[in-house]
Amino acid sequence: MSENGLLSQLMGGILGGGIQVVDLTMTLQPDLPTIVMPPEFGQSWPFRMEEISRYDHRGPFCYWNNLSCGEHTGTHFDAPIHWVSGKDLPENATDTIPVEKFLAHACVVDCSAGADADPDFLLTQDMIEDWEETHGKIPPRSWLLMRTDWSLKRDAAAYMNMDAEGAHTPGPHEDLLPWLIEERDVIGFGCEAVGTDAGQAGHFNVPYPCHYHMHGNNRFGLPALTNLDALPPQGAVLITPPLKIRQGSGSPARILALVEA
Amino acid sequence: MARMDYSGVAVCVPVTVPYSRYSLRSAHWFCGRALAELIKGAGIVKDEVDGFCIASFTLAPDSAVGLTQHLGVSPRWLDHIPMGGASGAVALRRAARAVQCGDAEIVACIAGDTNHVDSFRNTIASFSQFANDAVYPYGSGGPNASFAFLTDHYMRQYGATREDFGKLCVAQRDNALATPHAMMKRPLSLDDYLNARPIADPLCLFDCVMPCAGSEAFLVMSADRAKALDLPFAEILSTIERHNAYPDDPIQIRAGWAMDVDGFYDHAGVGPGDIDFLQAYDDYPVICFMQLEDLGFCAKGEAGTFVREHDLTTGGDFPFNTSGGQLSVGQAGAAGGSLGLVESIRQLTDQCLGQVVEGAQIGLASCFGMINYDRGLCTSAAILGRSGR
Amino acid sequence: MTTRLPPPGKKDPVARTRAPTQPPGNRSREAQGLTAMAAVGRFALQVCADCGQVQYPPRQVCGRCLGDDLPWRDVDAMGTLLAETKLHHANDLFFRDRVPWRLGVVGMDAGPSVVAHLAEDCRQGARVKLSLNLDRGGHAVMNARPENPGPNQEDDMQLRELSMDPKDRRVLIVNGKTELGLALTNAFLTAGAREVYVGHGEPWKASPSLEAIKSLDHVTLFPLDVTDTDSVEELAAVLGGKVEIMVNNSYHLRPGGAVDRMDMNITREEIDIHYFGLLRLAGTFGPPMRARGADGEHGACAWVNVLSAYAQINNPAFGTYSASQAAARSLAQCLRAEMSSGGVRVVNAYIGPLDDEWHQMVPPPKLAPDMVAGRIIDALQKGREDLAVGAVAEEIAERLAENPKEIEREIKL
Repeated sequence: MSENGLLSQLMGGILGGGIQVVDLTMTLQPDLPTIVMPPEFGQSWPFRMEEISRYDHRGPFCYWNNLSCGEHTGTHFDAPIHWVSGKDLPENATDTIPVEKFLAHACVVDCSAGADADPDFLLTQDMIEDWEETHGKIPPRSWLLMRTDWSLKRDAAAYMNMDAEGAHTPGPHEDLLPWLIEERDVIGFGCEAVGTDAGQAGHFNVPYPCHYHMHGNNRFGLPALTNLDALPPQGAVLITPPLKIRQGSGSPARILALVEA
Repeated sequence: MARMDYSGVAVCVPVTVPYSRYSLRSAHWFCGRALAELIKGAGIVKDEVDGFCIASFTLAPDSAVGLTQHLGVSPRWLDHIPMGGASGAVALRRAARAVQCGDAEIVACIAGDTNHVDSFRNTIASFSQFANDAVYPYGSGGPNASFAFLTDHYMRQYGATREDFGKLCVAQRDNALATPHAMMKRPLSLDDYLNARPIADPLCLFDCVMPCAGSEAFLVMSADRAKALDLPFAEILSTIERHNAYPDDPIQIRAGWAMDVDGFYDHAGVGPGDIDFLQAYDDYPVICFMQLEDLGFCAKGEAGTFVREHDLTTGGDFPFNTSGGQLSVGQAGAAGGSLGLVESIRQLTDQCLGQVVEGAQIGLASCFGMINYDRGLCTSAAILGRSGR
Repeated sequence: MTTRLPPPGKKDPVARTRAPTQPPGNRSREAQGLTAMAAVGRFALQVCADCGQVQYPPRQVCGRCLGDDLPWRDVDAMGTLLAETKLHHANDLFFRDRVPWRLGVVGMDAGPSVVAHLAEDCRQGARVKLSLNLDRGGHAVMNARPENPGPNQEDDMQLRELSMDPKDRRVLIVNGKTELGLALTNAFLTAGAREVYVGHGEPWKASPSLEAIKSLDHVTLFPLDVTDTDSVEELAAVLGGKVEIMVNNSYHLRPGGAVDRMDMNITREEIDIHYFGLLRLAGTFGPPMRARGADGEHGACAWVNVLSAYAQINNPAFGTYSASQAAARSLAQCLRAEMSSGGVRVVNAYIGPLDDEWHQMVPPPKLAPDMVAGRIIDALQKGREDLAVGAVAEEIAERLAENPKEIEREIKL
């Protein structure tokens, strides 16, 4: 690494405080809610850990655990192969996505007031255009992150917010998604709720449109993010690599953001 | 066919190995010491004893067989009698027939048990299949509860009172005061008896025998041999035994003696009125009452009245359990079944350790044993007479 | 007359908790027949097939005619109390802890005389009714109650030692989010439970049953997910020393078998809930409950597993479900053996199909949850350890006893 090279500058920023590293990840623990499907469908396993040993008779030198969970547990990365619309695309799984795609710029749209007023709040193209008026146009190959402060709800029932019609959590409007892809060429969509689609998205004309459109166009999803309030509207860089699972449809991931102080 | 009599048979050398509440010794020791006292008393050597009749609960895992090697004897006649409290008279009658027939010349009848801390509990915890299955699980470990049932039923059926039982127990204690090896030698008053701590209603402390360690023994041989050895001896006038009598009685109010009592006296040629003392099996007083009735001293249900009307002390008009009986001497396991018999031999051969029944010519010793489930199954009895009376 | 047992007060926090002991458990093989009858609530003795003589204690040869065909038959349980005693002294540690203790000899109308535990209100000469019950060691014993019991009969301390009466006890119902959970909660409250703790997992999923439970008095809700070791451990840390009756009603049914629907995820969920779930509960709640098996009149006494009747014979329409239930049943037998040293009895309720959404395609008869709950309470009060609930379960039990091969071939797909 040359003294004034790019990486030296990057590390200088990180070590010198000019670049802040923000953790956008929820802690994996057994009481994390998982996405709810109708009970006759297959279900994603919740996060579970069983102790292998803890410096005891089962292993005097070490503490470690066995883990189990679904690929889409906690803060995680959705790969295009996750959805039927993306099933035949090239480089669509966790082991085949080019790794440079795991580093990307982020635009953060603050919808916290709207989500606070209405749990079924939907982010529309008009709102994005208003946002661009203030913060500038979304650059190509950026994440669009929808900040709702939803992840501050620590109570699992409030976080999932379900009733007989399903979940009531904010998400993108179905009409916004083709526009984001075609007009803004986003790399993916991220949010704070348990999935990238709104809670009521199963009832939309195209069910689960965020999954359908994003993955159908080889774009990604980043649900269950937290700490989005620590990011600037523009300028943060996200590091989002999923585990390299063979033909993985996603994986829990430690999502980090680099933010210029 | 008429029963053979027991003429020419001698019962002699009454031996008691002194009792102790608990002992570190084994049953083998108590049997072995009894044999040592028998040959010493008879003035013979060990090898002259050619028959053995053994009764013990605590020899396990041994039986009489293992005991022969322990004691270094080579008998030509051997019997092990698993009848507990009924073993005394049963041993006597078998030994007598062996001697009469010439199968053995001198038979040592030995009953002894040890009592380790907890060995009583262990004995009753594996006493019989029926007891294991249908009594022991109910908390009635041992005979206390069984005799409580019999006592409770008897009292209500026949109107006997605690005072009646108490009078019997107090008299026996009086008798015991002169018996050197008796475990309980403090005088007992009727108030002491009535106010003792309850054990299993209606039984209180002095209704129950105290388990202990010890042994009782005697020799059976021909009268000629006894005379040759210059041994005082008693004669056998009659014996009986019976097992599982009256199985259809829903609860025990009588036992095998009642089935056999007529032939018992006929065979002896005497009646109840000829009996000078009665050594009854007495682990609990209610069974004494049944013996008074079943052996013909009074009618069924009238033992309470009988006790009220008689003085049961050794010097009284109805000498009863003259050494103090098990209730005052202690119950050394299977030796309890020979205690009365050994005391009878002593009384009839003028070898008393304690009080003497003056002029006693004929005595009756009665035995009872084995609460297998809800009742005692084994009864036996013998009428002995002073030789040359 | 037996009086109302005083409700439990607060436990003295510095007093030593009485350690559990068991009544003598050594039984002959023949006597284990009594245990088999008591476990299912029958009053049956050996009856000679040749001469009709009723036998007691159990044996291998008829005491009258020496015949050796002695099948177990239900017999008249009435009798007359011939004698009674109250033990003030016992050599056995279990009874030493509990004297005075009443016993009686009952002359049965059917013939034999039996030694029996005796309820307080029985008097010599009176008519009494016998029952066979399992004692704290899980062995059958005879009990005599008055012919006309008083209102507080079951508060008799001796009977309470033999039953698992929910009255005045604290109960944990593992899953309150099903209709069965609601029915069990109501049933235990009606039976006089002191407190009912109700577990509920996945709080983001609404449940009308849980909503109904929330409104009940003497009920406290606790998060509990039997698939989550942490969750079970955390609740055991809170409630382990309090729960006196555990009711594991976890239940996860999906149709399908091995060939027609090979699905590792569904199968694993079934195993995770039925088998590992029971294991997690056993490993965490088992030790404190076992330690409190003799903690006064209200100590820990019972562990109820609601199992499917298909735990005993696989129903291929619910093939992997049945298999997971069979695993749970086997583990419950292990649990029974391990808990017995504490005198805590394991009750397995084998139920037929419930009338719920997962049995939509199953033809009737189907079980109302209230009925299942009622039968479980009854079993606890009467001291039974295995019960078949409903016509389907009863038929399975009978057919299994008669010809297991027949039912294996004929059970409906």
